[in-house]
Amino acid sequence: MLITEAVAFLPADPFPNGIEHYAVGGALVGLGVVVIYLATGIAAGASTFLESTLSYVSDRSRFQRYRASRDWRVVFALGIVAGAFVYALTFQSGLVSSSLHQTATTGELRDVGGLTIWVTEVQPWRLFLGGILIGIGTRVGKGCTSGHGVCGVGSASSASFVGVATFLLVAIGIAQLVQALGVSP
Amino acid sequence: MAADHEAHPLFMPVVFVGGLIFGFGLGFSHMAQPEIVLNFLQFEDFGLLFVMFGAAIVSGLAIFGAPRVLGRAPFTGSPYERRLKSLDKNVVIGGGIFGVGWGLSGICPGAAYASLGIGNYAILWGIAGMFIGAYVQGYWRSEPLESATSATNAD
Repeated sequence: MLITEAVAFLPADPFPNGIEHYAVGGALVGLGVVVIYLATGIAAGASTFLESTLSYVSDRSRFQRYRASRDWRVVFALGIVAGAFVYALTFQSGLVSSSLHQTATTGELRDVGGLTIWVTEVQPWRLFLGGILIGIGTRVGKGCTSGHGVCGVGSASSASFVGVATFLLVAIGIAQLVQALGVSP
Repeated sequence: MAADHEAHPLFMPVVFVGGLIFGFGLGFSHMAQPEIVLNFLQFEDFGLLFVMFGAAIVSGLAIFGAPRVLGRAPFTGSPYERRLKSLDKNVVIGGGIFGVGWGLSGICPGAAYASLGIGNYAILWGIAGMFIGAYVQGYWRSEPLESATSATNAD
């Protein structure tokens, strides 16, 4: 029953934007984790940064336990922002192009002095409320899409399989519900 | 522990370069765009499966290969270990709360940082929310530990 309903949801073309840039981008996401892992032995996730960074401004015991790793987590997060900015400078701005790259089909592309920036059309309240729940959930649940989804699944960790299955199924349900309620984008 | 990690002069640079590749990949795959993630969750574009599984396969090769090929991590001397967390109800409860937020917004922590890098200043709403959420859970989970803090600071 659930399966037939799910099949009814399937689009005629499951990959309307192709798969190349998804596969290349995903491999690079994994490569970023691998570079850090091979050099340092650390399987880095992106969400601990939220708590470890709070240790700079809060004395609460929960945040202080991340004191030891807070500096490099800030560097990791800045690296992520910088890497995405390099993408914006090159492929997003059209300075570099490749048959493997797909131009954005969503949101809004804006030209700012030769640099093309991309801005979401998803409403601020969705980003804000979603962010709060993500901030709570990822820390209670011991990881996010990178910690559980990339490092944890890559480690064949049962906790991470359960974590990913849980947030993926719940997110699908919520996204479908929000869409059914007519909220867009 | 941190002092040892950060003692090597190349420790911070390699973390930055790793983040750089990671963030570039999120930009290139369009996972830094909440709409693309929502399209995936709404079954309109399954391309995101290639991002998630592609990344997990690449990291898995290193996580399972490194201990066999290399001895210890050169910059820290740490052994190569798998990322294994204990499976308890928190994984399901937290995963469920995370899932509601992810499905509502189409953002997740790493992709949100990357989204800022591609110029999406609206994502600051999401990042602000994440810090507030992380603070709320940390505040309430600190309470029972507060008295023991001075004795056991390390995790």
